[in-house]
Formats: sequence, structure tokens, C-alpha cells
Amino acid sequence: MDHTSTFEKALRGVLITLVLIFFLFPILWIFLMSFQTNETILRIPPSLVFTPIFDNYWALVTGELRTAAGSLQLDFMKNLWNSVLLSVCSVALSLLFGVPAAYAFARFKFRLGEDIAFTLLSFRFAPPLLVLLPLSLYFKSLGLTNTYVGLIWVYQLICLPLILWIVRGYFEDISPDIEYAYRISGNSWWKTFLKISLPLARPGIAAAGLLAFIFAWNNFVFALILASADKQPVTVGALAFVTASGIQYGQIAAAIILSITPTLLLALYAQRYLVEGLSMGAVKG
Amino acid sequence: MSQLALKSLSKSYGAFKVFDGLNLDAGSGEIVVIFGGSGTGKTILLRLIAGVEEPTAGTIELDGHDVSDIAPEHRNVGMAFQNFALFPHMSAAENIATPLKAQGKSADAVRAGIDRVAKLLKIDHVLGHAPRELSNGQKQRTALARALAAEPRILLLDDPLRNVDAKLRFEMRLELPRLLRQSGATVLYVTQDYKEAMALADRIAVLADGKFVQVATPEDIYLKPATLGVARLFGDPAINTAKTVIEMKNGMASAKVGGRDIPLPASLAAAAGRGITFGVRPEAVNILSPGSDGLTASVVAVTPLNERTVLLLQSPDGWEFLASLPASSTSIPEPETDVVVDFDPSGTHFFDSQSDERLHG
Repeated sequence: MDHTSTFEKALRGVLITLVLIFFLFPILWIFLMSFQTNETILRIPPSLVFTPIFDNYWALVTGELRTAAGSLQLDFMKNLWNSVLLSVCSVALSLLFGVPAAYAFARFKFRLGEDIAFTLLSFRFAPPLLVLLPLSLYFKSLGLTNTYVGLIWVYQLICLPLILWIVRGYFEDISPDIEYAYRISGNSWWKTFLKISLPLARPGIAAAGLLAFIFAWNNFVFALILASADKQPVTVGALAFVTASGIQYGQIAAAIILSITPTLLLALYAQRYLVEGLSMGAVKG
Repeated sequence: MSQLALKSLSKSYGAFKVFDGLNLDAGSGEIVVIFGGSGTGKTILLRLIAGVEEPTAGTIELDGHDVSDIAPEHRNVGMAFQNFALFPHMSAAENIATPLKAQGKSADAVRAGIDRVAKLLKIDHVLGHAPRELSNGQKQRTALARALAAEPRILLLDDPLRNVDAKLRFEMRLELPRLLRQSGATVLYVTQDYKEAMALADRIAVLADGKFVQVATPEDIYLKPATLGVARLFGDPAINTAKTVIEMKNGMASAKVGGRDIPLPASLAAAAGRGITFGVRPEAVNILSPGSDGLTASVVAVTPLNERTVLLLQSPDGWEFLASLPASSTSIPEPETDVVVDFDPSGTHFFDSQSDERLHG
């Protein structure tokens, strides 16, 4: 049943390659930069031919940045750890509260339900800077400034609305009849939620969790204002590469490669759950 | 003792009344078909009985006990949904096993239970398939198997043949009565196909305008419809109707239909002057030999429909009506000819033109 000719196959291959090069070139370039010294990066014209060095990665891992002006201490690995901790904890917390809330908004009609859901969504379109000033004052008096708890709490502004609204849509798409059928078969409401609703919404939960993780990971401004050096994530920590003796392009590139790795791995892992949702046709429409 | 009893059951959503004061008794092992058009609340009624929705007023008794406070999982009810509602992430066997596992049966007992219903419904060869790999017919059988698996006392079937193709529907219509009898459960079967209702039911409950307008055996529903609406719902082609008035002539009650006096049962004499709707089933229109005493009508169209042939006829005063004859009949006329007809009394009905209720025993 294959009607594509060899030419069409070749053309498709060429086009896919072009698209991939267009979208992936920046990442490829950064990847190459991470193995070069500032001199080779900045030479004109730029060249793909160079002797790869691992100094940039070594500097990040050991926390010692050698520049022309001398040696500089930086805490990149600590920043990376902070990013992982903050993102994982805030997404986990958001899933814990957001998924049951999404179910409630999808299934039950209650007073002010729509208003509450919309208020939560509005957290996403409030400019963060507007929120930050009062927030930093409150955090000071509550003693939450520069604490993981405080940051994770603030990150709920990013993660919770996202998870709530995406997962809600997935729950709404599950036919109530499927849940009814499971309950009538002799299972409690709670078991129905665990065995039917949650597994069926899993693609949505995976997608929302991944997106929330990316947004949390990439957040800059909350952590910049509310955390000092030892609690800062990579996004803020990267500022350290702008040194008195110039911008350390090589280390920045290496730092970027290291900091996109966790997100990339998570995306690859979540992929199979994302695709799973497309292949389940259970209820006849 | 009745297995299932509805007592002045009402359900409304806000100001919208779905139904009001439903009463029904179903005995052990009885098959009651709930028949009604779209949007009459048939599915909602089943959901109330299953317990996934709550009635606005009235009570439901299963096995003589009020179940208002009993959660759906403890009602020992089996239900098959119109859209099958199979669990998409479980295989057919796991779907069928759900009610058995919920009862805490051992692995062997669950296995045996699955095998029993799967054989009965001829799906033992697809037990390992996921719902998306099943044909519609197999999905429908899996859904039925799941409802039957735990041998519930009450079986609620929500139009289970709605979404399957015509051939399978025909087969299942023949198969289901035996299957349901074997299960021994009291069955509430929802459908909007009158043939299905007639084929399966011990009794039919006709739901219209939020009420049961008639609860009776299929024969009684067909031969003695309680209202004009019921008469119209059962029969294909639908019953012919004409508005007329009861008149007294020479001490006999009669009514003018198609420009000719039709004699009425003597019991209607007392109601002289009353407006009525005269109804005659197409099967009860007899074609008489030419020159006989009867209503002369011209043949407008002749439509063969499988084993029946349907004629569209017009009386001299313009009343159009249908006649349905066996296709083998020798008296099928040509179009644009005249025929003489009369009406078989067993297929004629009289309804009050105001209330649409049946007038004569």
C-alpha cells in the first residue's frame, strides 16, 4: 500500500533535515561552543574546525573559573542542584494539589467553581514583577525570603494553574459513563478515581507536568528577587559568567548544555505517556 | 415479592422536570422494556436505579429495601451502557473481571466467571484484546458480559443494540431473550426501537412526557394502545389517523372517515357529539374485490418494502392513508387506479381528540 516513489522519499528526507537543522542549529552551535575556548569561539570567520577541550565543563564541576584576570569561585553545581530541587518539588506539589482540583472542576458543578478556576488561571497572566514587590515584603516578615519552602511556594504560581487547566480538559474528555461503569461494578469512588480517572488522564498529567517543569526550570525573576546565592537556580546563577574580564562564552555554553539535560531527559521519558493518549479510542461517539 | 419497585420517582434538573411520579413494579426474572423517544429520560431512569444519580423525590426499592442511602457499588446491579463504556486501558478479560474482582473473588473464580460469560456471548477468542481492537459487535458483547459477570439481581441495559450494525442487531434481538432468561436477573431494558421492545419484553413501559403512559404486555400495547401517542410509537408504518366526530344515526353510533360513515362500537353511543381521533393500522386496511361495499380510494403510490407492500391511498374527500399488505398478496393494485377498502375492527382505535386517551375497551 506504499505509493511513495524513491524521489518523494528522498525529498522528504531532505526537507526533514532542513527543518531539523533550522530548529536545532542554535543548540548544536552551543554544544560546539561548550568545547572551545573564548578565543576559538570569537575568531572571525567562525569555523567548525577546532580542537575540543573539556576545560569549560571541568571549571563548572570544580567550581573554579579561571579567567585572564585570575581565578573566580562559582557554584554552578549547587545552582544546578537548586534548580532540580525547586522544579521537582514545586511540580510534585502542584500535581498533588492540582490533579484532584482539576478533577473536581471537571466533574462537579459547585458554587463559584468557574470563578475559582479562572482566578487560578489569572495567576498566569499577572506580570510577575507586579506580584514580586508585595511578595518580597510579605516574605521578609514571614521569614520565607531565601528559603526553599518560600521559592517552592512562589513557584506554585507558575505550575498550579498550568496543571489545573490542562488536566481539567483531560478529565472532562473522559466519559462519565466509564467511571459510572466502574462504580456500578462494585468499586468505591476513591478506587474509581485511582484506577480509571487517573490512568485515563495520564497523558494530560504527563504533558502538564512536563510543561510545568520547563516553566519552573526556566524561571528567572522570582528566584532573582527572592533568593540569594546559595538558593539560586541555574537561570540566576548563569549571571556569574559575566565577569570583570569579559563574558565566558565557553562556560556559558557548557552551563546551558548541562542545564537543558534534565529537562531533555524528562521530556524523553514523558514522551511515551504523551503518545499513549492518542491511541485510546474506547467510547463510541 | 417485587424485585424492583419505583415509588413516585421524580427527577428534575433545576426547573426542568425529566419525569414526575413514576411507579413501576418488576417481578423476579421479569424483562421490562422502558420504551420512549429521545430525551424522555430513559437513561436517567437507569442511572437513578444504579445510584450514580439521585432522584429529586420518591424511592427506589431493590429486593424490598429502599436503596436511597446505598452507594452504587453496593447495590448489586449490573449495567450495560449505550456507548459501551469499556475501560480503554484494560483488556476485554480485565473489563469483564472488574465486578468479579470487586467482590473479592479468588483468581480461579474470576477466571471461571470470565470464561462462563465469554462463552455465552461468544467472545472467548478476543478476551486478550484491548477495547480499541474490538469490533463494535464485540465491544457490545464485552459490555454485556461485564454487566452479566457478577450475576447481579438487577440488570440495567441501556439501549445496548443502538450502536451496532443492523445485521448484528437482528441476531442479538433473537439471542438476547434466551440470554437474559438464563441470567435469571430482573431486567430493565431501554430502547427506542419498538420491534426490539416487542421482541424482548415481558412487559413494556412506555415513557412519554415524564410519565409511564402505559405499562402492559407487548400484545396489549399493540392491540389496545392507551393513548394516540402509544399507538403512533408502535407500528411501522405508523397508524393512520383522522379527526372526526361521533354521530348518532338510526340509533347507531358512527363517525365520518374519508367521506364515509364508519360504524362505531355501541359503547361509544353515549359520547355522541364528542370529537375523536380515529386510528387504523395500515395492516388493518383490507382491499376488497371491486364493486364491494366500502370506502372507495384512489391509489397514489405503491411501495414494496421487503415482505410487505405499502400503498398510499386517498379518499374522495382528500384523506391520505396507508395500507400495508403482504407482498405475496394477489390483490395489490396498480398506481392511479381506484380500490374499495374497509377497516378490520381489531386494528381500529378511537381516541378522545382532547386528551388523546383511548375511548373504547
